[in-house]
Amino acid sequence: MSGITQKRNFGAAQIILFLSIAVLVIVVAVPVLLIFFNAFWVGGKFNIRDVLKIIGEPDTYQALVNSLIIAAGTTIGSTIIGTFFAWLVTRTDLPYKRFMKSMFLVPFMLPSFIGALAWKMLLSPRAGFINRFFMANFGLSGPVFNIYSYAGIILVEVMYLFPFVFIQVCGALERMDPTLEESARISGAGLFTITRKITIPLVLPSILSGALLIMLYSMAHFGTVAVLGIENGIFNIPTLIYQRIHQSAGSFASIRTGTVLATVLVVTAAFIIWLQGKILSKGHYQIIAGKSFRPMELKLRTLRVPLFVLCVAYIGFTIVLPTVVIFLVGGLKTYGLPFTWENLSLDNYKFILFDYKVTRDAIWNSVTLGLAAALITMFAGVMISYVIVKMKVRGKGFLEFLGMLPFSVPGSVIALGVILAWSGKFGINLYNTVWIILVAYIARYMAFSLRANSAALEQVHDSLVEAARACGATMWQALKDIVLPLVRPGMLAAFFLIFLPSLRELTVSIMLYAPTTRTIGVAIYTLNEDGETVVSAALAGIALVLIVTGQSLVNYFTGKSEG
Amino acid sequence: MDIIQVEDIAKSYGKHRVHEELSLSIQQGECFTLLGPSGCGKTVLLRLIAGFEIPDAGKISIGGTVVSDPSAGVNISPDSRGLGVVFQDYAVWPHMTVFDNVAYPLKLIKMPRKDLTERVMETVSMVGMGGLEKRLPSELSGGQQQRVALARALVAKPSLMLLDEPLTNLDANLREEMRFEIKELQRKLNITVFYVTHDQEIALAISDRLAIMDETGHIRQTGNPWEIFEQPADPFVFNFMGIANFISVRRVGEDYLVGNGAQPMPWEKPEGDASEWAAGFRPSDVRIAPAGGAGLRGVVKRASFLGAMMDYLIDVDGASLRTSIETHEALTERLMFKEGEACVVNFRNLLWFDARSLAEVLKR
Repeated sequence: MSGITQKRNFGAAQIILFLSIAVLVIVVAVPVLLIFFNAFWVGGKFNIRDVLKIIGEPDTYQALVNSLIIAAGTTIGSTIIGTFFAWLVTRTDLPYKRFMKSMFLVPFMLPSFIGALAWKMLLSPRAGFINRFFMANFGLSGPVFNIYSYAGIILVEVMYLFPFVFIQVCGALERMDPTLEESARISGAGLFTITRKITIPLVLPSILSGALLIMLYSMAHFGTVAVLGIENGIFNIPTLIYQRIHQSAGSFASIRTGTVLATVLVVTAAFIIWLQGKILSKGHYQIIAGKSFRPMELKLRTLRVPLFVLCVAYIGFTIVLPTVVIFLVGGLKTYGLPFTWENLSLDNYKFILFDYKVTRDAIWNSVTLGLAAALITMFAGVMISYVIVKMKVRGKGFLEFLGMLPFSVPGSVIALGVILAWSGKFGINLYNTVWIILVAYIARYMAFSLRANSAALEQVHDSLVEAARACGATMWQALKDIVLPLVRPGMLAAFFLIFLPSLRELTVSIMLYAPTTRTIGVAIYTLNEDGETVVSAALAGIALVLIVTGQSLVNYFTGKSEG
Repeated sequence: MDIIQVEDIAKSYGKHRVHEELSLSIQQGECFTLLGPSGCGKTVLLRLIAGFEIPDAGKISIGGTVVSDPSAGVNISPDSRGLGVVFQDYAVWPHMTVFDNVAYPLKLIKMPRKDLTERVMETVSMVGMGGLEKRLPSELSGGQQQRVALARALVAKPSLMLLDEPLTNLDANLREEMRFEIKELQRKLNITVFYVTHDQEIALAISDRLAIMDETGHIRQTGNPWEIFEQPADPFVFNFMGIANFISVRRVGEDYLVGNGAQPMPWEKPEGDASEWAAGFRPSDVRIAPAGGAGLRGVVKRASFLGAMMDYLIDVDGASLRTSIETHEALTERLMFKEGEACVVNFRNLLWFDARSLAEVLKR
């Protein structure tokens, strides 16, 4: 017979809550607050007129307008393409649908700035392979298409961002209860009426939410604009922040401009996320069940083959072609030589992997930074999610608010905030070390970890923990024996969601790197800027191999465990 | 001896007051059921006893030890209370086998491996799960999972077991089977059981004593099953313990007349001076007979054949009442009535309620 014993209560709940708040405050809240502070606080006074003046300056104003133009164009283009392809692979009798669907998701894996590099090689006005081919063979006096333009930037961003809409709409179309459409059909509605009156309204929240995600991403997107825009003087908010901070080596004026631009980004992002939450909470999941149904398929008839060809051409042109170009250029002896067997070799790849210190360091830095960031963020994320999802403690509301922050802070903002916080202002100077990049990665990827771990924790019903407590387990024992094993899949997911993207990270690292602390992304970008095109392409090729292999392994193992 | 003593407990969530000044005591070795409609706070009381919730005020003792007393700063955590708890959703850990689930409480007290295996196997076979120890919960049916939860709660030989609607998620046949098994285990192991449910049938079947809680968290009556069933303390308990008929009776001088007619109620008169009364009885307490005999004269409004039973709805001067009679008896005793046919009714048992207090109960 087990008796009753009085144990001391160490206030474990309070300790965990305190730690969680501390992590988020130090890593995310302080940098963001410093940005606001620097933007609005001049000479000990709150100063909004100055902020407006900075926004009104031609350069900054133009960058804001450019961000808007590019984001709007990208969002519209991606939404149309994403929705169209999603409908094709879920609701029609298109051949090889499953394969097509997985191909359309490939751009998720590919870093868009590497894509932008490829397109620069293909379509830059003078040297681009396609432009040169047409000028040489058809006697054109000028380039077919100039990639250094708004249209070029938008097209490249669309190619890499449309999967956000695609995957959301696919999910909605697949989960939609077919009886909703069938009952409309029985009531005598034609296919066009059904699509207009039933299908589209039901899928609209998914389309809009995907579109807003793209908007958010594109507003804050650095890579593509950096590769394709700067050449022609097209700056958006993140690239202008980078340029200012980079050129003026941290002068007061440039930091102010940076913080004002960053503030605009944060406010826009917060607004977009708020809007998305509104749209998603509007009865989206009531009509669309979690179960998979077999939806009715539209017979494409005579359009079946042409649409199939269109899909194959799209995949070939946007995914295969740029990838092949990267690998081919990476194999060239010198940039500019034609692609013949004599000119191609594996020497560049060997050189960057074994001999060239810059790229070897970059690969080492990216892998170690990625591992460290993924591990730390995974554990911090599971702790914070646990407090938010499971614990009943006072002060949780504040933590919930802090937990929302990482979702609405874009990479360039984090980088700028981290510079402000960790450059010796508070006694610790991490500037020009790998540690500052690590801190920034943790802040940048915290949102991924929180999302994956919260989702896993929601599945662990409270009574499972209470049952353990009733069996005689202390809170720590219950966490170790029950909660941890059950959220392990979520933690693993968080780990890879952080590790793989961090291998190709550019936005944050480019603002924080020092000569010895380049990451893969930084090395590819700077080598390309320095005219080392073939070496940069080879490194990009290696990055692609790393990322695709890693992602395939993850897909394989998660696919297996789900049975 | 009281094993659980709950004294003047208060508990609220924000502005919602679940319990105030609630007291209850449960005796060693009995099967005590707390019965009440859903949302009345009975689960909260169980959670307070288990230690998952902390009372705002009051005192809870288990086996003579104070486990919760906010005024004295005492709050013993659930893992130190030495209880077995079974939850409505089983709460069987999905990543452990049946054996590991049941063995967990013993592992925590670091029982030697040999004794542990022996005890687990013994407990597993006691709940009828012998041979399934290596299964994962995903390979078990709901009933089997609940048996695992039961074994897990019993394996450390607690003197007190708390069960929170453990049978609600099971189908009807299984529910009936399991309730006898729980009762059987309780007797065999001589442990105290605190059982929380909204199901009257289960409560009556397994309890030594039971308490009826109303929607506001107040205990209306405590007693053994037949006391509760036959001598309900108030209309709430009467109404809650099964299908109840209430017909309105008005006092005219010294007479108590049914509905809006002039027939007096054929039963002894109520005590009290109210002018509006309600007579309460169960369908099984109504005796129907062909017209012409003694009793209340009425008309059959609806006759339903339910297989084993005949169910009649009878109108007596504007008051309607239901009665059921075994089909076999109806056929042999010539008590098959058609709709519109006249009849007389008498009562085997009847309780008087003040019409105003009844209205308050039925309003909810």
